Amino acid sequence: MTENEPLLSVQNLQKHFPVHKGLLKRQVGAVKAVDDISFEVFKGETLGLVGESGCGKSTTGRLVTRLLEPTGGKIVFEGRDITHAGQGSLRPLRRDMQMIFQDPYSSLNPRHTVGAIVGAPFRIQGVKPEQGIKKAVQEILELVGLNPEHYNRYPHEFSGGQRQRIGIARTLALKPKLIIADEPVSALDVSIQAQVVNLLEDLQNELNLTYVVIAHDLSVVRHISDRVAVMYLGKIVEIADRKRLYSAPMHPYTNALLSAVPVPDPRARADRERIRLTGDVPSPLNPPPACRFHTRCWKAQEICKTVEPPLEELAGGHRVACHFPENAPEVPAGSAGTPATA
Amino acid sequence: MSQQSFLDVKDLRIHFPTDDGLVKSVDGLTFGLERGKTLGIVGESGSGKSVTSLGILGLHKGGRARISGEIWLDGEELVSASPEHVRGLRGKKMAMIFQDPLSAMHPYYTVGDQIIEAYRIHHDVSKSVAKKHAIDMLGRVGIPEPTRRVDSYPHEFSGGMRQRAMIAMALSCDPELLIADEPTTALDVTVQAQILDLMRDLQREFNSALIIITHDLGVVAELSDDILVMYAGKCIEYGTTEDIFYRPEHPYTWGLLGSMPRLDREPTERLLPIKGSPPSLINVPPGCAFHPRCPYAELTGGKAGTEVPPLAETEGGHLVRCHLDKAERRRLWENEIKPVLETQ
Repeated sequence: MTENEPLLSVQNLQKHFPVHKGLLKRQVGAVKAVDDISFEVFKGETLGLVGESGCGKSTTGRLVTRLLEPTGGKIVFEGRDITHAGQGSLRPLRRDMQMIFQDPYSSLNPRHTVGAIVGAPFRIQGVKPEQGIKKAVQEILELVGLNPEHYNRYPHEFSGGQRQRIGIARTLALKPKLIIADEPVSALDVSIQAQVVNLLEDLQNELNLTYVVIAHDLSVVRHISDRVAVMYLGKIVEIADRKRLYSAPMHPYTNALLSAVPVPDPRARADRERIRLTGDVPSPLNPPPACRFHTRCWKAQEICKTVEPPLEELAGGHRVACHFPENAPEVPAGSAGTPATA
Repeated sequence: MSQQSFLDVKDLRIHFPTDDGLVKSVDGLTFGLERGKTLGIVGESGSGKSVTSLGILGLHKGGRARISGEIWLDGEELVSASPEHVRGLRGKKMAMIFQDPLSAMHPYYTVGDQIIEAYRIHHDVSKSVAKKHAIDMLGRVGIPEPTRRVDSYPHEFSGGMRQRAMIAMALSCDPELLIADEPTTALDVTVQAQILDLMRDLQREFNSALIIITHDLGVVAELSDDILVMYAGKCIEYGTTEDIFYRPEHPYTWGLLGSMPRLDREPTERLLPIKGSPPSLINVPPGCAFHPRCPYAELTGGKAGTEVPPLAETEGGHLVRCHLDKAERRRLWENEIKPVLETQ
């Protein structure tokens, strides 16, 4: 990790999907899938993005890769503002920014051979590798642990884990700088998951890649990330380096998430301290006002229903959006208290 | 596994003839389960865990499956029983919680109607009595405002609520055997924790026998008394939850434990995956089905590839299907596997 210029910087990013209803299709509201989030990704690091379904983590991934048009905010990639870049100017950018998808069954064209799939980026981008496309593709296949002789086979001939490797090979074809991986292992069996996680780590070391890994599995995210951001209903509620976040989480939601993960240790099940949230995640169509977590939070007080807590840095690199953070270092009076008097 | 277990499965085989060959989804499975106990069945996709559960419920009858072996439920044999008879047992004697409640429920009927239907098949009561019961059940599984919610349709429920409604439906006739097939896989972690707590409480209350089928070792560690690890249609290790987590003896079980990143330990540099991928059930490798992926296969002196190892007891009910001898397995676990897993 180098603490220089961030490779990717996201500022106050927003995506509201309009909801239309009735004969005239009037807009009656908006799903605030991503609502004012900011984060940076530095070169060579892995940022994990966790949260439950509907929290906006996949939308964030799609906004950053510009597969979706943001409704507000700013995305800066390598110093260039790409928030509203048009198709034409995006195309060269796609070389540097690639995506790994969740489902290795639907993300590969069943009528194309592996060679065609992995070679497609070269053709689309008009890149002519000096050793020829076929040779280049075979080298990449070897890199991700597939047999180069699989060049002429079709996706259905492969298992789920191998297909995910094909997807990764395609992603790597043009040596991108940033890879957004949206639930890269959640569709795979446990033993295969571990293979793919290890592969992603090896590739990162070998090719100096930067990852944004989007996942709901907190243990997988902890394993591969350097820093982790926790999302809830379109907001980042906590962001910190991995060690800090998992050992001393400050936001009550992060705490609850961590304690909800079943631990594969039967002796620990009795004496584990648990926080049980009640209810489900509220609808993003009509999120609770102020702190969005207050409806499920056991620490919530009046202020949480009226004043939205800002995402503040409470310790080195550890930012939290909560009025009553846990594990917080001695908070200088003011940061949490002022809004109450205001 | 004594003769008199509440549920006794003996040498169960469920094979499906297909155009490509015979798929041996379940191939010689034997286990027992008492009332009030929980058995976790763990395995990867295609290991035969779901086929086993459908087999116990008699849901393969009338299909193409070839079933042999014995399933004894409370002194009654089910494999040879008529489909009508088994149908009479479903709901009352045994029930199932499915993975995906949205597809397991009928979208055109209200949640209440679906519970009422199941209840009235087994109980000769009026609709209004059955409805009261349905409201009572919905309340017990923690659905807020059950009197109003009983008239809702499945799509009006959130994922967690739907799963609760499924559980209410499964428990409505107070079944003695409950099979939960990946009951929380489709849910978010915070909701998963709620559902696991609920299942644990309800099982205590109803004293039913529970089989929980999952690929998530964390979930079985939370709920199970005993664990059965399946691979390619066979049981490869069976023991108490303590046996499986603290004294596992099969290399596949080691592999599963090494593949999981764990929140309760310091993160390792690397996970220890199992090489290769699960075999096709049409072409199960000869000998020990796991041998092509087993890092210790060469220690068996060639037996791994030719002979199917027997499921042998190592100690007090802990069964392992492996050619390595007991001392060797323990040595490997103590010296090679455990230290690596525990430095995590």
